[in-house]
Amino acid sequence: MKRLLTFVFVVVVAFGAIAWTSPHLLDQTKLGLDLKGGFEILYEAQPLNEGGTVTKESLKETAKSLEKRANKTGVAEPEVTTEGSNRIRVKIAGVSNEQEIRDKMKKPAELEFRSASGCAADAGYCKVELVGSDFVEGAAKVEYNSLNEPLIAIQVKDKAKFAEISTRLVGKNLAIFLDDDMLSDPVVQQPLTDGNATISGQRTIAEAKDLADTINLGALPLSLTEKYTQSVGATLGQKSLEDTALAGIVASIVILLFMLIFYRLPGFIACICLLVFVWVLLAVFWMMNATLTLPGIAAFVLGIGIAVDTNIITAERIKDEIRNGKSIASSLRSGNKNSFRTVIDAHITNIIVGAVLYFIGQGTVRGFAVVHLSSIIINIATNLFLARFLLLLVVKSGRFNKPSYYGVKESEIRAL
Amino acid sequence: MRYKFSNLNFVKIARPVFISAIVLVLAGIVSLSIFGLNYGIDFKSGSSVDISVSKNVEKAQVEPFLNSEEFGKYTFTSGESRISIRFEEALTDVQQKKLESDFKEKFDAKASFEVNIVDVDIAKEQEWNALKGILIACIGIVIYVAIRFEWRFAISAVASLIFVAFMVITIFSIFRLEVNLPFILAILTIIGYSINDTVVIFDRIRENLRFAKLKTDSDLTDVVNKSISQTLTRSINTVVTVAFAAVCLFVFGSESIKMFSLAMILGLLIGAASSIFIASPLWHLLRRKAKPHQKAKPQSAS
Repeated sequence: MKRLLTFVFVVVVAFGAIAWTSPHLLDQTKLGLDLKGGFEILYEAQPLNEGGTVTKESLKETAKSLEKRANKTGVAEPEVTTEGSNRIRVKIAGVSNEQEIRDKMKKPAELEFRSASGCAADAGYCKVELVGSDFVEGAAKVEYNSLNEPLIAIQVKDKAKFAEISTRLVGKNLAIFLDDDMLSDPVVQQPLTDGNATISGQRTIAEAKDLADTINLGALPLSLTEKYTQSVGATLGQKSLEDTALAGIVASIVILLFMLIFYRLPGFIACICLLVFVWVLLAVFWMMNATLTLPGIAAFVLGIGIAVDTNIITAERIKDEIRNGKSIASSLRSGNKNSFRTVIDAHITNIIVGAVLYFIGQGTVRGFAVVHLSSIIINIATNLFLARFLLLLVVKSGRFNKPSYYGVKESEIRAL
Repeated sequence: MRYKFSNLNFVKIARPVFISAIVLVLAGIVSLSIFGLNYGIDFKSGSSVDISVSKNVEKAQVEPFLNSEEFGKYTFTSGESRISIRFEEALTDVQQKKLESDFKEKFDAKASFEVNIVDVDIAKEQEWNALKGILIACIGIVIYVAIRFEWRFAISAVASLIFVAFMVITIFSIFRLEVNLPFILAILTIIGYSINDTVVIFDRIRENLRFAKLKTDSDLTDVVNKSISQTLTRSINTVVTVAFAAVCLFVFGSESIKMFSLAMILGLLIGAASSIFIASPLWHLLRRKAKPHQKAKPQSAS
C-alpha cells in the first residue's frame, strides 16, 4: 500500500509539474524561422582592402556588430554565429521588415572619404583619402557644440596620415561616401594633428546619429556577401507550425493508445514516462535557450521513436519472462536486467552518431545533433530509470499480480 | 497480441535476399550514375521560391509574369494555394524583393513567401559535410560495436545501415523526388533508427550465444533464427509506431517537411527489414566462415 501511494504521489507530482509549467514552457520555447517566419543568411566575409586578411578577431567583431545592428532594428533575439574561418550565420525569426534589415546588414560595405584634389573639373570627388578601416572601430559618436547643434566626433588610427590630409585640404571639401553615395561633404577647417576630428553641419540629431553609425559600421574591415539565404513569410511559417503540431498531436495520441492497449500496465507507465520525456525535453530546450526548428523536429521524432522502442523492449522482455513461467516480481527483475543492457548499447551507439554529427556538422546537421543528443540522454533518465522505478513500485505493491495486467494470456504461460 | 513466426528460417532465405539486395544496390548505382539525384536548390545553387496564396492564381497568368521579370531560366509548378518556382540562378536580394512586391501587387496581396537562395560552393560543401559526418559516425559505430560485441557484428551493422541509406537515396533517384537539406536530416534519422534497431537484435543473438552449444552449423543457424523471432514482436511494434508518427507528419505536416517524412517512412521500413533479413544473416555468414569448417548436417527442408 505504501508503495502504491508513493507511485500515485510521484505521478501526481510529475503531472502537476507538467500541467503547471507546460503553458509557460510552450510559450517560452523559441521557434525557428521555418516555424515562425523570418530569415537566415550565411555571409562570407572578405577583407575589404587588398592584402588584408580575415582574422578570427575581425570576424568576431563583425559578427558582434551585425548582432548590434540587428538589435537596433528592434527584432527579437537575432542569432549571429561565426562559422569556420570566414563565415557568419545570421538567423532572425519573426520579422516583417526583412528587406530593411538585410539592407542594414550589408550597408557598411565601403565607406570612403574622398577629396577633389587632382581631379578633373567635372569629375567631382575622385581621390580616395581615407577608407573605413582607417577609422577607430566604434569611435564615431554624436556630440553637441555650444549652440547645442549635433557634431560627429571621429577618430582615425594613423595620426600622421590624417594630419597630412587635413593640412593639404584646409578650406577644401572632404566628402563622405558610402557605397558611392555621397552622404556629406564637410569643409576641412584646420589641420588636425591629434587624430581626432568633428564633423558639423548635420541638420538633425537623427541625421548626425545615422552618419556616426555609418562611420562606425564602415570602420569594420570586412565586406560581406550573401552565400545562402532562406526566408520564410510569417503566414507560411505559422501554417507550418500548425500543421506540424497537428501531426504531432495525432501521432502522440495514437502512440499512447497503442502502448496502453498492447502492454497494459507497463504500457500505462510507458505513457506516463513518454509524457514526462517530452516535458523534460522542452524544459531542457528552454534552459539551453535553444530554438526549435525543422532539424530539431526531425531529431525529436527520432527521439520519440527511440523512447517508444525503449518501453517496448522492456515490456516485451517482461512478457517473455512471465510466459516462461516466472513470477511477476522475478520476471520484472530479470526483464529489467536484460533489457537494460540492450537499451544502453543501442543508446551509446546513437550518442556516438550524435556526437560525431555535432562536432563535424554545421548549420542544419548540428541543429539535428543537439536535439538528438539531448533526447537520447533524457530518454535514458525517463524511459529507462523512471519507468523502471515506477514499475517496481506498482509490482511490489502486490496488487497487480495477474499476467493479464502485463498483456500476457494465461494460456501462453509455460510451466517452469 | 503476439506475432508467431517462430518457425520461419531467416538464415535459409539469406542467399536470395543477399542476391536481391546486391541487384538493388547495382540498380541504385546505375540509376544514380545515369539520372543522378533530383537536387533541389540546397545542393545545386539557385533560388527556390514557394508562394502560398490566399486565392486562386492561374498558371497561365503567372508564366508571362515570370518571363517579364527576366530572372533567368526557371521551372514552375503550381498546386492548390501553392506555387513553387525554381530559378537556376541565385537571385540577388534586390531581385527577390522585386519578385515579392511585384507578385503581391499583381496577384495576391496576402501571398506569403518562402525563399531559399544558395550559392554553388555552399551547396557542395553542405553535402560533403553531411557525408563526412556519416562516414566518421560509421567508423565510430564500428569501433564501439566491435568492442562491446565483436567485429563481425560491427561489419554487419554498418553494412546494413549503409544499405538502408543507399536504398532510400536510390528510391529518390529513380522516382525523381526532390533532394533538399531536410533529406539529409531524414538520412541521419534513418541511420540513427537503423543502428538502434540492429543493435537490439544483435544483443539478443549475443545473449543466446552465451547459452548455446555450437557444435554444428545448424546450431548457429538456430541461434540466429531464435534471436530474430524472439525480438520480432518488438521489431514490428516499434517500426509500426514510429512509422505511424512519420506518416502523420507526411499527411498533416507542412509542405516543407513532406519529402522529409517520405524519406523517413521509406527508411524506417527498409531499416527494420534490413536488420532482420540482412544484418543478422550477414553476421551468420561471417561467423560461419570463421569456424573451423565442419561438415554440415544435411538440413531438413522444414
